[in-house]
Amino acid sequence: MTTDGPVGAPEQTPPAETPAEGKQPAAAAPAKESPAEDSFLGHFLHNLWSANTVTVTVLSIVLAMVIGAILIIVSDSAVLATFGYITARPSDALTGSWDVVSAAYADLFKGAVFDPAAVSAWLDGSGTWQQAFTPISETLTYAAPLVFTGLSVALAFRGGLFNIGGQGQAVIGTVTAAAAGFTFGLPVVLNLIVALLAGLIGGAAWGFIPGILKARAGAHEVIVTIMLNYTALLFLGWLILQDGVQDPNRTDAISKTVATTAQLPSFGGTLRVNLGIVVAVLVTAAVAWLLNKSAFGFELRAVGANPLAARTAGISVGKTYTMLMVVAGGLAGLGGATQVLGTAYALTPAVAGNIGFDGLLVALLGRNRPWGTLLAAILFGALRAGGNRMQSFSGISLELVTVLQALIVIFIAAPALVKTIFHLRAARSARLGASMAKGW
Amino acid sequence: MANDHIDITVEPGEVHALLGENGAGKSTLMNQLYGLLQPDEGEILVDGEKKVFRSPRDAIGAGIGMVHQHFMLVPVFTVAENIALGAEETRGGPLGFLDRRRNRRDVLEVSKKYGLPVDPDALVENLPVGAQQRVEIVKALTREVDLLILDEPTAVLTPQETEELLAVMRSLAAGGKSIVFITHKLKEVKAIADRITVIRRGRTVATASPDTPEDELASLMVGRAVSLEVDKTPAEPGREVLKISGLIVDDDRGVRAVDGVDLVVRAGEVLGIAGVQGNGQTELVEAVMGLRPPRAGSIKVDNEDLVGMTTKQILRSGVGYVPEDRSLDGVVKEFSVAENLVLDTYDRPPYGNAFRLNPAAIAEGARQRVEQFDIRTSSPDAAVSTLSGGNQQKVVVAREMSRPLRLFIAAQPTRGVDVGSIEFIHSRIVRERDVGTAVLVVSSELDEVVGLADRIAVMYSGRILAIVSPDTPREEIGLLMAGITGAQADVATEVIELVPPAGSAGQTGAESAGEAGPAADGDAEKGTK
Repeated sequence: MTTDGPVGAPEQTPPAETPAEGKQPAAAAPAKESPAEDSFLGHFLHNLWSANTVTVTVLSIVLAMVIGAILIIVSDSAVLATFGYITARPSDALTGSWDVVSAAYADLFKGAVFDPAAVSAWLDGSGTWQQAFTPISETLTYAAPLVFTGLSVALAFRGGLFNIGGQGQAVIGTVTAAAAGFTFGLPVVLNLIVALLAGLIGGAAWGFIPGILKARAGAHEVIVTIMLNYTALLFLGWLILQDGVQDPNRTDAISKTVATTAQLPSFGGTLRVNLGIVVAVLVTAAVAWLLNKSAFGFELRAVGANPLAARTAGISVGKTYTMLMVVAGGLAGLGGATQVLGTAYALTPAVAGNIGFDGLLVALLGRNRPWGTLLAAILFGALRAGGNRMQSFSGISLELVTVLQALIVIFIAAPALVKTIFHLRAARSARLGASMAKGW
Repeated sequence: MANDHIDITVEPGEVHALLGENGAGKSTLMNQLYGLLQPDEGEILVDGEKKVFRSPRDAIGAGIGMVHQHFMLVPVFTVAENIALGAEETRGGPLGFLDRRRNRRDVLEVSKKYGLPVDPDALVENLPVGAQQRVEIVKALTREVDLLILDEPTAVLTPQETEELLAVMRSLAAGGKSIVFITHKLKEVKAIADRITVIRRGRTVATASPDTPEDELASLMVGRAVSLEVDKTPAEPGREVLKISGLIVDDDRGVRAVDGVDLVVRAGEVLGIAGVQGNGQTELVEAVMGLRPPRAGSIKVDNEDLVGMTTKQILRSGVGYVPEDRSLDGVVKEFSVAENLVLDTYDRPPYGNAFRLNPAAIAEGARQRVEQFDIRTSSPDAAVSTLSGGNQQKVVVAREMSRPLRLFIAAQPTRGVDVGSIEFIHSRIVRERDVGTAVLVVSSELDEVVGLADRIAVMYSGRILAIVSPDTPREEIGLLMAGITGAQADVATEVIELVPPAGSAGQTGAESAGEAGPAADGDAEKGTK
């Protein structure tokens, strides 16, 4: 162990420096220099170090990775053993910890962004370009459905509604999209469009229920959407086993496969990434337009910020709530459609995975802004893609990724905590805190 | 900078008025004294000793208490529980049982000592605003403070409650407590203050004595000469625009709030509704605006029935509406000034259509409004929450006056608005009248109604008790506001027109009420001479 560490290290540490070491000094340096405010650099750092949204978000990620590192160390029995004699030989514990953490995060990076080995293999001709792009492809594949469910939650939230029902709406979206995909047998482009629309409409219909109940009967959307999540999931479980839906060649719970013409085409060979991410970017742009430039967006923002004033100014609050839930449901349904038409190709009880609930976190991380949500979804996709490699190469459980996601969100939800840990200036934190306290 | 080198000294047993427009920095100054904000420079001395307040706890410890403009009470707790909150008496250490009996006794003791009647067992949510304020004062007094800061305490009170509060302040001062009274109401300052510090734009501009004439105080506050009188020519009433007959409206709890109201407002006149808050004025106006469905009766604008129309349709038909609670119903605080200015016209040309907004037109419209209505904002894109109360109100008024109007309804148009803006808003209302719009003004400030209105309808307990001329003596209107009609008070019995009971009031009743108005006014003057 004592000789192993230093010898094995040189091979592993250089790539590890990018994610781990690269961030740490950047985070530490301004803390020392911030008092020097006279120079240009001082001013720059001063602004950088004020508790604005971006700073808090970045630092939340850093903090989550630090805690993740501790978990990696604690869960590695070999490294843990070296801590037993840390007073005698501290170097063992330190190098051992460093090695295991850097290896894990290096794998996370290689699995999510790019793997230098695969890239150099591609360049010297021994590998294919697909291999070089696999990590990015995986990241975007996982990200695409999250963009939709994240936008669903974010948009509803801007209108003052908590759409906890993204999961149920996504599940219904998978059902309608898949059903359209294996039933109609339309020509090439048309079949895909019809299947995507079916997902959109399915989710929208599922969103309409809590919307109309809220508008007409005052039923709280949180309760209704949570209940509808169960309803959707159990409906899916029942539906898969029905004749005409279940794959006739299988006895287990799986539906017929979506026709190839209705599948989202992938970008080449073995890569999984498909048209879904392109649709996701386009839909993000559409949601951004809807929110900021359309009459409906104005209404929903007014209703979200002050329903009483909106009502007094003649905006129909009930109608806005209903429409908003329809649109939010449609977005989540589209997320489900992307999942089933892009990667799963058939319905299973877990076809929608956790995309609806992850959408909540993505929206929070993206501060309920369309482009922020897109970036947050990509980050979550990257964590997921990297987590797969981390699990198979470093032997670290995929659950660590879930822990990282949760920690990031916790830190973002508690900006005051991040502020205290890093001694951030209070510049805009009051606003930040207020928006968080109000929202979540 | 909200406070720029302010010096202020408060003596024991003194009522010290802090006078200034909204946004002048009064509240900022007091929040520093109460430990909610920390000064960048300067110091606070209590009894000659330098103190640093990091939180309200420190301030209370040093004998400083504060009653905020917006009460800090838990609505579902009883009075005693609210007062104990934060300083609960317990048996058996800090984690022991609450000693409710002792809390209750303390409350009664303080209540008796200072002559502030509060029921320790009443739920705060059931108390009227004036009583809630007493609870806040008692709460401060149980902490044994020597200096009590009252932040705009009369903004939410009826004239009667204001009188009661002023009496309480006098007795507290007589008992040796110092009081800092933050306000922008000149009459109250003159009535109660021993010394007046006037603040403008974060600086002390003068320390005045209460003998200083009102208009002089007003000009000190605003920084220029202001007229406190509303400048207007006699009205030239035209056709009947708004005609309400037999209107019955229930409030949120299902209790009858408007009980058979008949009312006519003519083009080119201002009809003022005077009355103590909570006598059905709010529900009356909400019914007209389609915000509250009436039980019975009709509301017509130029013979078009508004009942059953949506608020949007009513606004589109040429009705302008300034709601009484600006921050709740008037503006979306997170929205920019420009967005608030198109809150009801965002989907109409030129600002947009049913699908999309036209940001360029919205920005240009906002630029013009900001100039025309003298809205003081750093930019039309600044959030409305960054504006002072007066300027927020100007945003609402500007928005509602930007459309061609037949009827303009303003509820409490100048509540929480500084002197300079009051003058401006009043002149705009009069200008709207002069172009031939029918104007309905609802206000619980008698001065405002008397100043603006051409006819005054006094509302009490859901009914219009009488319609009188603004020349009617104040005492008489005051008695009507308290529900005492001529017969009971033995003044001008024959002139005060009683509205027929609910149900029997039909179309004809409404007309006679409207037409008999001016005649009754003339008699009213004679009757009291």
